[in-house]
Amino acid sequence: MAAADTDRMYRKEKSIPLKSSSSALYNNLSVLRLPDKQLAYFTTVHSTAVNMVSASGDGLSFSHRLLQAAWCVLPSRVLLVLTSQKGIQMYESDGSVMVYWHALDVMERPPAQAVFARGIAAASGRFICVGMSSGLVLVFDIPPKGTNITVSEVLEEHRDAITDIAAELGRPPDGAGDLVTADDSGTLCTWSSGEEFTLLHKIPAFGCTCSSVKLWNGIVAAGYGNGQIRLYEAATGVLRAEVNAHARWIYALDLAPLTGKLLSGAEDSFVHIWKLSKNLDTEDIEIEHCHSECVTDTQICGARFCDPEGNSFAVTGYDLSEIFRYSQV
Amino acid sequence: MSARTLPLLFLNLGGEMLYILDQRLRAQSIPGEKARKVMNDIITTMFNKKFMEELFKPQELYSKKALRTVYDRLAHASIMRLNQASMDKLYDLMTMAFKYQVLLCPQPKDVLLVTFNHLDAIKDFIRDAPSILNQVDETFRLLIETYGSLSAGEFQLIRQTLLIFFQDMHIRVSIFLKEKVQNSNGRFVLPISGPVPCGTEIPGLIRMFNHNGDEVKRTEFTTDGNYVIPQREGSFDLYGDRVLKLGTNMYSVTRPVETHMAGSSKSLASRAKENTAPNPLAKEEMNFLARLIGGLEIKKPGGSETGFRLNLFTTDEEEEHAALTRPEELSYKVINIEATQEPGRQEELARILGELDVAEQRPARTAKGEDLLALMDGL
Repeated sequence: MAAADTDRMYRKEKSIPLKSSSSALYNNLSVLRLPDKQLAYFTTVHSTAVNMVSASGDGLSFSHRLLQAAWCVLPSRVLLVLTSQKGIQMYESDGSVMVYWHALDVMERPPAQAVFARGIAAASGRFICVGMSSGLVLVFDIPPKGTNITVSEVLEEHRDAITDIAAELGRPPDGAGDLVTADDSGTLCTWSSGEEFTLLHKIPAFGCTCSSVKLWNGIVAAGYGNGQIRLYEAATGVLRAEVNAHARWIYALDLAPLTGKLLSGAEDSFVHIWKLSKNLDTEDIEIEHCHSECVTDTQICGARFCDPEGNSFAVTGYDLSEIFRYSQV
Repeated sequence: MSARTLPLLFLNLGGEMLYILDQRLRAQSIPGEKARKVMNDIITTMFNKKFMEELFKPQELYSKKALRTVYDRLAHASIMRLNQASMDKLYDLMTMAFKYQVLLCPQPKDVLLVTFNHLDAIKDFIRDAPSILNQVDETFRLLIETYGSLSAGEFQLIRQTLLIFFQDMHIRVSIFLKEKVQNSNGRFVLPISGPVPCGTEIPGLIRMFNHNGDEVKRTEFTTDGNYVIPQREGSFDLYGDRVLKLGTNMYSVTRPVETHMAGSSKSLASRAKENTAPNPLAKEEMNFLARLIGGLEIKKPGGSETGFRLNLFTTDEEEEHAALTRPEELSYKVINIEATQEPGRQEELARILGELDVAEQRPARTAKGEDLLALMDGL
């Protein structure tokens, strides 16, 4: 395969320093782009602190172990959602005001099992879904403004700790649903969101944790602990592609919805860029490799595109006190 | 995070401690009988049944400072003494070694194999003492029972919890620097070649299927990585070939082991923050220490055995110099706690510390890190 045709090089840009280093947690990088202000905010998690950086960014500090920080973009507002062992916190996007706090029921769990929340996504412009270590997914109904946030539903399909949740980024075909949830065992569920969420498909595990998942134009892209990326048809659950992508556990996937570029980051120090496409004649889903970067001596834990075309991306790793950025030349 | 991490952390750090002590005892030419007694006493104390029961209870990990207090006790479980500077160096070496092993595990479950490697070596240290051997086997069985059936995802959570514990530690260790597994900035080298873990394919192949599940296209891509197929998987049984080398004794040849204290300024800054911020876990840490140390049965040494001091440095002058020049941010000061208002707690700790009071050979000065009660009084 002529890699040279599709490999338009990315060039390393100036890194962003962080006040504390990044922890080895799945999907540990979130990017919020404010195109009208020509700004982007980045957030990573360090144990007890959230790094939030931009031109004028500052760090926030918390006293309990954090697992994930992500921005949820809804039509009327943007919320910063933090998950930890104690509960789920939601803030206005600049981290200034806490608008909601949901405590986890620690007492109901046997002490040997870990209790935490992990996996965050905004769905159908109205809900924020957060996963739990029990396998439950909490669906929060978010009003256009104010603090009157309520739990509208609890999804009970997974039996293992949720690892990631993703909402449809493009235009789904009929029956494909608009949400996918993934868990520690590797089981994937596709859902149709609304007043009541409906389970569309349960894609069975094949023996490997799914740590990161994305949904685009009815295609589920899933990253696994054995280094594989798999593409499934959301409407049918059928496996359409299998990529032996990494030599170690995948920690992060991201997708650029305007071009179908897929970004994967893993413990093997590599970041790969792939291109998803649909063959219009055969209706087959195709994936090709575009580019790779090796972040020397780093176990990558977060990777995100910085724009919807995928012209630039950001990466961070365990013990790194900076975010590396790359832009297409 | 995982509530099952402490036993793995404690046993592996303990194993590294024994490797280092064994090497220093030989380097300092301590008579064989004394050296064996020290190793046996420490191992007996470590694998004490009551102590193990406390350890294996599901609980959160505590700070490096809190854990250090336990190892301090353990290292002084026999006739051997260590000055603060040597104890600091010992703890640095132990933690950096285990951090390296956890980071480089090809797959999360390998953390258990690393633990088994340590235990296999410990059993070899005490092969002439069958009663202690029994205790270690009991712990082995407890490990298999607790961890044997965990999934890869659960192991990864344990590994992530351990990595958070070791975050921001970049102390340079000369044996690592010499063998090029650590860079001069203190970060470990992560090779992009070698065997992939069992269950992972060598990167490169892309397969595409139609809606019937038939493979319709196959392509390949290349990267800078140079991976090969894995060897056989290690044994998770009581006895067996672990295959993995991580966790085996890297000090088996007598050679001086140095650590350099200088870390990058970034890591020092973040460490400083940890020391000065109020610690909300402090009270729980005190309880944890009281329970754990309460389970340690420190034997009083027999009258005929005279104690000795072990030095982790090559000369006494070096040890003194290290004590004076250790950067403030890297000092293992005991946890800064608010004085607890419960008189009952104070009494209990006094009792426990009283029981742990070892021989008169102990130097008159008490290191800040050892006397919890004095610290509380001093606040």
